[in-house]
Amino acid sequence: MRLFVSEGAPGSLPVLAAAGRAQCRAELLISTVGPEECVVPFLTRPKVPVLQLDSGNYLFSTSAICRYFFLLSGWEQDDLTNQWLEWEATELQPALSAALYYLVVQGKKGEDVFSPVRRALTHIDHSLSRRSCPFLAGETESLADIVLWGALYPLLQDPAYLPEELGALHSWFQTLSSQEPCQRAAETVLKQQGVLALRPYLQKQPQPSSLEGRAVSNEPEEEELATLSEEEIAMAVAAWEKGLESLPPVQPQQNPVLPVAGERNVLITSALPYVNNVPHLGNIIGCVLSADVFARYSRLRQWNTLYLCGTDEYGTATETKAMEEGLTPQEICDKYHVIHADIYRWFNISFDIFGRTTTPQQTKITQDIFQRLVARGFVLQDTVEQLRCEHCARFLADRFVEGVCPFCGYEEARGDQCDKCGKLINAIELKKPQCKVCRSCPVVKSSQHLFLDLPKLGKPLEEWLEKTLPGSDWTPNARFIIRSWIRDGLKPRCITRDLKWGTPVPLVGFEDKVFYVWFDATIGYLSITANYTDQWEKWWKNPEQVSLYQFMAKDNVPFHGLVFPCSALGAEDNYTLVSHLIATEYLNYEDGKFSKSRGVGVFGDMAQDTGIPADIWRFYLLYIRPEGQDSAFSWTDMLLKNNSELLNNLGNFINRAGMFVSKFFGGFVPEMVLTSDDRRLLAHVTLELQHYHQLLEKVRIRDALRSILTISRHGNQYIQVNEPWKRIKGSEADRQRAGTVTGLAVNIAALLSIMLQPYMPTVSATIQAQLQLPPPACSILLTNFLCTLPAGHQIGTVSPLFQKLENDQIESLRQRFSGGQLEESLSLKAKASPKPAAVETMTTAGPQQIQVLMDEVTKQGNIVRELKAQKADKNQVAAEVAKLLDLKKQLALAEGKPLETPKGKKKK
Amino acid sequence: MAAAAELTLLEKCLGLSKGNKYSAQGERQIPVLQTNNGPSLTGLTTIAAHLVQQANKEYLLGSTAEEKAVVQQWLEYRVTQVDGHSNKDDIRTVLKDLNSYLEDKVYLTGYNFTLADILLYYGLHRFIVDLTVQEKEKYLNVSRWFCHIQHYPGIRQHLSSVVFIKNRLYTNSH
Repeated sequence: MRLFVSEGAPGSLPVLAAAGRAQCRAELLISTVGPEECVVPFLTRPKVPVLQLDSGNYLFSTSAICRYFFLLSGWEQDDLTNQWLEWEATELQPALSAALYYLVVQGKKGEDVFSPVRRALTHIDHSLSRRSCPFLAGETESLADIVLWGALYPLLQDPAYLPEELGALHSWFQTLSSQEPCQRAAETVLKQQGVLALRPYLQKQPQPSSLEGRAVSNEPEEEELATLSEEEIAMAVAAWEKGLESLPPVQPQQNPVLPVAGERNVLITSALPYVNNVPHLGNIIGCVLSADVFARYSRLRQWNTLYLCGTDEYGTATETKAMEEGLTPQEICDKYHVIHADIYRWFNISFDIFGRTTTPQQTKITQDIFQRLVARGFVLQDTVEQLRCEHCARFLADRFVEGVCPFCGYEEARGDQCDKCGKLINAIELKKPQCKVCRSCPVVKSSQHLFLDLPKLGKPLEEWLEKTLPGSDWTPNARFIIRSWIRDGLKPRCITRDLKWGTPVPLVGFEDKVFYVWFDATIGYLSITANYTDQWEKWWKNPEQVSLYQFMAKDNVPFHGLVFPCSALGAEDNYTLVSHLIATEYLNYEDGKFSKSRGVGVFGDMAQDTGIPADIWRFYLLYIRPEGQDSAFSWTDMLLKNNSELLNNLGNFINRAGMFVSKFFGGFVPEMVLTSDDRRLLAHVTLELQHYHQLLEKVRIRDALRSILTISRHGNQYIQVNEPWKRIKGSEADRQRAGTVTGLAVNIAALLSIMLQPYMPTVSATIQAQLQLPPPACSILLTNFLCTLPAGHQIGTVSPLFQKLENDQIESLRQRFSGGQLEESLSLKAKASPKPAAVETMTTAGPQQIQVLMDEVTKQGNIVRELKAQKADKNQVAAEVAKLLDLKKQLALAEGKPLETPKGKKKK
Repeated sequence: MAAAAELTLLEKCLGLSKGNKYSAQGERQIPVLQTNNGPSLTGLTTIAAHLVQQANKEYLLGSTAEEKAVVQQWLEYRVTQVDGHSNKDDIRTVLKDLNSYLEDKVYLTGYNFTLADILLYYGLHRFIVDLTVQEKEKYLNVSRWFCHIQHYPGIRQHLSSVVFIKNRLYTNSH
């Protein structure tokens, strides 16, 4: 038989490995053909590897060739192998070819490459760990292992794409890679060039179809349906029957919450929001809301939990804002701290403390850490040349300087970058620099600054990371970011600024300087705790007993995963360092970004004016949580998820279960006589509950929400199949069956109310009140499904939980938040701060901005006219027209004219 | 045709009396069979092969190593190429390739009727019913094979019978 291969064709790997493993290699003649050569006469598209059999027949499927080799060696086919090979062809290959295409052809890296295959890799890992078999189809390595190994090898041989948390996959892959047939195949195909050896082949291939139209997806990954053994069913039933008895006593709420030796102590922080910005939905889901779900979950597990956050108040931006609004920095902080606190209160965020960074404790702790760093030689001094405005008597941060670009001569280049040529500028190189505040010309002055000696701290940092990362729940993006910082080499980092609004530097010669906000903002967590309890060190100097979970968006990772750990390690004071760094990706708004200046997107304080309850916002934001990949907020999707998942699935189930108890059984939970179907359902619910726990323990918040919806779907199906409303009118046996179904359903509803508590606390409490769920059951969530509403339990009044969102309502909200709020917020600003200074800056900015917009409208108008004249592609014209309309809208807003809404376009 | 319905058809033509219940998983509605004494099975061809064994008709999976590999190859083709694409161009390529493959064959493995014929017949049915007379003549070998399988006892069941014309009408197009 003759095997046709092509240089760099990934299919050669499993085929050669299988031939080696099944000892058919000797009989094989190998011919190398070009990547575009059609070997198989009846196939239109080129395909390699191909095996031509002695009968003249062709095998053109990689798996079929491997299978053939194994069959020749006397192996027999089995269901499990078939299942793996079918999965490989239908699920793994599309994902892998996308990942390899990104990596090899498009030269992408990191998450871009990893995210298409994440789900498939997790599936393999789960299967291996659940069956606790070393190989895919049993105790010995076989066909399925070779085929999957061969498919995965090009990607996974780079350790960056084989995450440590997938332990079972990791060891399976290592075992196979070390075997002789596999090693030989790998050497033959990849020729020690790694994945790049595939480039000549993959470049010639059409783009994988799985890549086309891959939009940002809000759909959660599908989990496979669980398999149940008799044992699992028996265990689930036993736990159910024990009921409320198995609940441990509820731990009384302590004040203050302190860690207890020998117990699980969870310290949770959410990134400190910067005080002068009103947070948008992306900020909210990125840290405070995500951390809140985990904190609530942690309390349901009866772990000692402290959840803290606060406003980050020091820095240039506060000073600027203060100038704009004609207030002192302290007044600005006081004002905005309240706004923040109000927003989070409305979203029902369960902080144990929401503090601020402008406190004496902050100064004390920051200065202490700093002194220790100085004493241990981790602080350097250097001279930095900076622009200083003599008129304002201060050094100018980059954003306060404007001038002529030294490269292209553009007149309004910013201090850090020229908007015209895009080159990065060092502020002192600007020609004719101007202070943006007073318009006078600043001078170059040298200024002494302090630097944290990160290179010197590199070694303890890496030792700590090596100890911390394996087995922890750091999100993959956080690991990537930290790894790349270390790989690129650590540089000393400036920790001082020439400002007044900040923590003073306690060093002679630095009296007029303060710490750079990022040196002391992360210390804010410590000082906020210190303001909460004088025993704060029990949390923060107790790394053996405290697990620290820090939540943030990915842009904050370096400061939490690297800079602060370096300060803390250098201070040598036994600080508690982050055990689990949970970073989200970004949330987009509809198809673009949130933008405060353009008024695009929903901001925290506006969410409450929409009339949509906080719990619905929480649900939708958590449902689309950018976990693992970016996601997008969409009004239409929100309507859809509310109406389908909440109203028709969850709400419908819980309401029906409760209504049956009230209507058919006078409000008392009926007797339940479980049949084998009911036991199976019990076990399914239990399994899904355990899955929920596994996911939340790993802080996979979005995925765990899906478990709740799955249970409710099971429940709906169960009611639908058993039709208690019909049976209640039937024979004695039928009525008993109706009772069992109703009883089981209402208990599932009770379980859902507890599982829902971290996500939708108000709805959860409403359900619990409707069902009169006994108090201990409300505050503890075990890993088993218990009968918490035994026969005879009386429930309260049941009423619907959710409201339908209507199209018009959502459409008008979309309009309102698509940029139209600019005008509103400007006028609000003017009202809020009637100081002349503020009004002046606004009116001077006005005409300029209008002129710029008018120019852009004219320019864009010309583009559209030109395209139309050339009879250009419809879509292209439409896109340019959309841009034009958008510009016109902005212009109208800037001029204060009413918006002309194009009619007849409202409905899509 | 939903995968579960297709498997029920297969059960009938295999003569299996007890009707299994199938659930569907995910966006592509992949069938799942919960077996009584073991783990569940996922995937159309996996379950189909399992049913064939249950019915003690292993010969439908092929008799020699070569035949077994060929059957599995066409089963894989069915779920990746026939089910994977539904745009017209892709289906035309499938029909063109199959037509050329079947030139000298009665069944997909050559001379023996197998599971591959059954599942490819079920999978292609929705496309073949929509073909014009001219297209059917263009893919003559596919038409011959398809017509043969639909008349095989017990296979077609409630599916519509597709009419093929014996006389050539478009002699020039070949």
